[in-house]
Amino acid sequence: MANISFTIKYWKQNGPKDKGHFDTHEMKNIPDDTSFLEMLDILNEELISAGKEPFVFDHDCREGICGMCSLYINGTPHGKTERGATTCQLYMRKFKNGDTITVEPWRSAGFPVIKDCMVDRTAFDKIMQAGGYTTVRTGQPQDANAILIPKADADEAMDCASCIGCGACVAACKNGSAMLFVSSKVSQLALLPQGKVEAARRAKNMIAKMDELGFGNCTNTRACEAVCPKCETISNIARLNREFIKAKLAD
Amino acid sequence: MAKTIDSRIPEGPVAEKWTNYKAHQKLVNPKNKRKLDIIVVGTGLAGASAAASLGEMGFHVLNFCIQDSPRRAHSIAAQGGINAAKNYQNDGDSVYRLFYDTVKGGDYRAREANVYRLAEVSNSIIDQCVAQGVPFAREYGGMLANRSFGGAQVSRTFYAKGQTGQQLLLGAYSALSCQVNAGTVKLYTRYEMLDVVLIDGRARGIIARNLITGDIERFAAHAVVIGTGGYGNAYFLSTNAMGCNCSAAIACYRKGAYFANPSYVQIHPTCIPVHGDKQSKLTLMSESLRNDGRIWVPKKLEDAKALQAGTKKGSEIPEADRDYYLERRYPAFGNLVPRDVASRAAKERCDKGYGVNNTGLAVFLDFSEAIRDFGKDTIAARYGNLFDMYEEITDVSPYNEPMMIYPAIHYTMGGVWVDYELQTSIKGLFAIGECNFSDHGANRLGASALMQGLADGYFVLPYTIQNYLADQITVPRFSTSLPEFDKAEKDVKDRIARLMNIKGKSSVDSIHKKLGHIMWDYVGMGRTAEGLQKGIQMIKELRKEFYTDLFIPQLEGVNTELEKALRLEDFFLMGLLVAHDALTRNESCGGHFREEYQTEEGEAKRDDENYFYVGCWEYQGDDEKDPVLYKEPLVYEAIKVQTRNYKS
Repeated sequence: MANISFTIKYWKQNGPKDKGHFDTHEMKNIPDDTSFLEMLDILNEELISAGKEPFVFDHDCREGICGMCSLYINGTPHGKTERGATTCQLYMRKFKNGDTITVEPWRSAGFPVIKDCMVDRTAFDKIMQAGGYTTVRTGQPQDANAILIPKADADEAMDCASCIGCGACVAACKNGSAMLFVSSKVSQLALLPQGKVEAARRAKNMIAKMDELGFGNCTNTRACEAVCPKCETISNIARLNREFIKAKLAD
Repeated sequence: MAKTIDSRIPEGPVAEKWTNYKAHQKLVNPKNKRKLDIIVVGTGLAGASAAASLGEMGFHVLNFCIQDSPRRAHSIAAQGGINAAKNYQNDGDSVYRLFYDTVKGGDYRAREANVYRLAEVSNSIIDQCVAQGVPFAREYGGMLANRSFGGAQVSRTFYAKGQTGQQLLLGAYSALSCQVNAGTVKLYTRYEMLDVVLIDGRARGIIARNLITGDIERFAAHAVVIGTGGYGNAYFLSTNAMGCNCSAAIACYRKGAYFANPSYVQIHPTCIPVHGDKQSKLTLMSESLRNDGRIWVPKKLEDAKALQAGTKKGSEIPEADRDYYLERRYPAFGNLVPRDVASRAAKERCDKGYGVNNTGLAVFLDFSEAIRDFGKDTIAARYGNLFDMYEEITDVSPYNEPMMIYPAIHYTMGGVWVDYELQTSIKGLFAIGECNFSDHGANRLGASALMQGLADGYFVLPYTIQNYLADQITVPRFSTSLPEFDKAEKDVKDRIARLMNIKGKSSVDSIHKKLGHIMWDYVGMGRTAEGLQKGIQMIKELRKEFYTDLFIPQLEGVNTELEKALRLEDFFLMGLLVAHDALTRNESCGGHFREEYQTEEGEAKRDDENYFYVGCWEYQGDDEKDPVLYKEPLVYEAIKVQTRNYKS
């Protein structure tokens, strides 16, 4: 374990209409087993003790599963480690003494800034509400083992279902597309017999909602899968396109 | 003055109570359901499943959460699995056995009738989730797979990799999204409930703060349901998410709802040990690891000293010099003893000087034998994501060196008191999930939290709340301009103004950390009467510091420091409740261990003669006044109360 010192350059913005600017702060002797968000806690302690306004960012579980943390670090969503990880799973040992670390919010038309690095991602909820479910009444289903599902299908559905809805894919995409997010949910349900009944309707409605909310389209740059903390792949997008075309042909 | 606490348990044998209840309860017809509003606070497993089910039944639901989306609720972080009595493994499981294991695991301090109902509906939960498209793990034949968890001798735990909570929550969130689309549920995200509004003694609405604009807003309904989780963050460091808080529960408590069994706090044995003082939270390593991992410390003190000094590695200690203390003490259950037992055993070894990290507060969880027996690939398939998470945090690979673990605050069995119908002592106010004092007695078994959250939300509350609402169908919708709302809003605004005007020097977190240290040191794993009394004094002293030295920036709109300050003010009250309950309960049971009450072998010593009750605490009108205890006697009809035995 060692301590490092560095400069942090962080984004301040007072609401969606404000132009916003960077503030900088010198961080001294930070233990390298500190997590990135704990480092920001220290920054806020220092700002508060200087009587300044704290830096606002979203975070919650701090173990990489809730999808709340959402920082653009040195030009990459979640600061990108070798294997997929969220901002909260990034540790200071990945940085060097004397570095300048730049922290920005997700920047995308679909995610307006609320304050500093806290953005509004309710668009994802709205896309889910358009069709990200099976319509099943509470308490009515048959026995869980009545429909056998091949292990390979269940495993693949699980991989698709791992998406945490953080929005890194949108933030990384030059078109601001939400296709990786939408396709992960559509794929999960399309792979399982329970989801097949509504597959066509789901693909059409979720894509229509995504378009309506101002997310861009996919041009296969693969920037999304490169930054996805849960390693979702663009083969999901190919599957979504197939489902969508099937649905349109059936119309 | 003694008050009678009526748990309203239905008549009949334990196995027939729920069926009888449902057959005779009052229902609300479809036309009337549309005229009734229900507020559900919280969108975790309990809140989301309740909101979705109530909306689908035709009620008009208002659903609140503090996060930006319902999908962020902390249920999402549950790793290991969910129990159900399906007996798919043909290993002798049954509803009765799940019921029995849960009551025994809870050290005979749970309510029998509630637990039986929980076991009874457990199977429907699995059916429901599969129909929603939850991708549970499966066998090659396409059937659902199971694994074992602590406190059970059958494999009844269903799982989705190490992300079972995530998948179940996303299932409930999907059902909720479907209802939002149908117009039956209205979502209020980034809203925090700060008070419950009572009209003529009944819960009729809430006051909530819009976390973006900072506005204090009023919402009215015919009934209020809170599913806002536990109070683990009173200890500052816990496995809970940063935002987890007990403010909604405390708001209800301040308005007269009893708080039950607050001293029953679960300390999870397998967490990554504390490193340094800048740490913000502790990370859990799933209990499922205890299926294949073996827990040990060195037999020789000199080895422990070498490990603490960093001159030796765990892998260098020969097999003969390792003390697999759980297997030694509990041959029948071995590494799969319940959480409270495993946590105390780890503390016992570390207190004796056998801890294995630089602070001496850690034990090994070792996979070398499992890797040798089953191969690295099999172990990676079972626990790969957990091993990766461990390496990400500690920079050590569990494939090469044993993991280091230590107990940490994880779950709270205590909570808002509810009767059989999940109604609190305030009419029209219900509590579900971890937020209520629940079905887990003094200790919760692994994979039972998800079961209880979904049981309450999908299968229990949607029935029982109708029994209350059936009498409310002629009550028109409430106006939020009634004087009761005026008063509640003014109280909340005064409270905020008081905190904003302290204008001291200490940040919320710096004070919260101090509270956490007091809680862990004096109200933690090993409690004594003397320590608890001292703890209570120290909490009160620290609270004075809070009221004189707190700093909150004067900001309009988003003010994260104010959010945390309001929650911390409630954690003070919560901490005192835990300490008072622990001080009154002169016995050891489950998660509550009083060092004065233990057997010669160091096992918990219960006192059924004097403490066979639910401790219900009543607020006395002022945070400065000590709470008053009432007792709900426990009545066991189906199970013989005995000493827990995991040895043979």
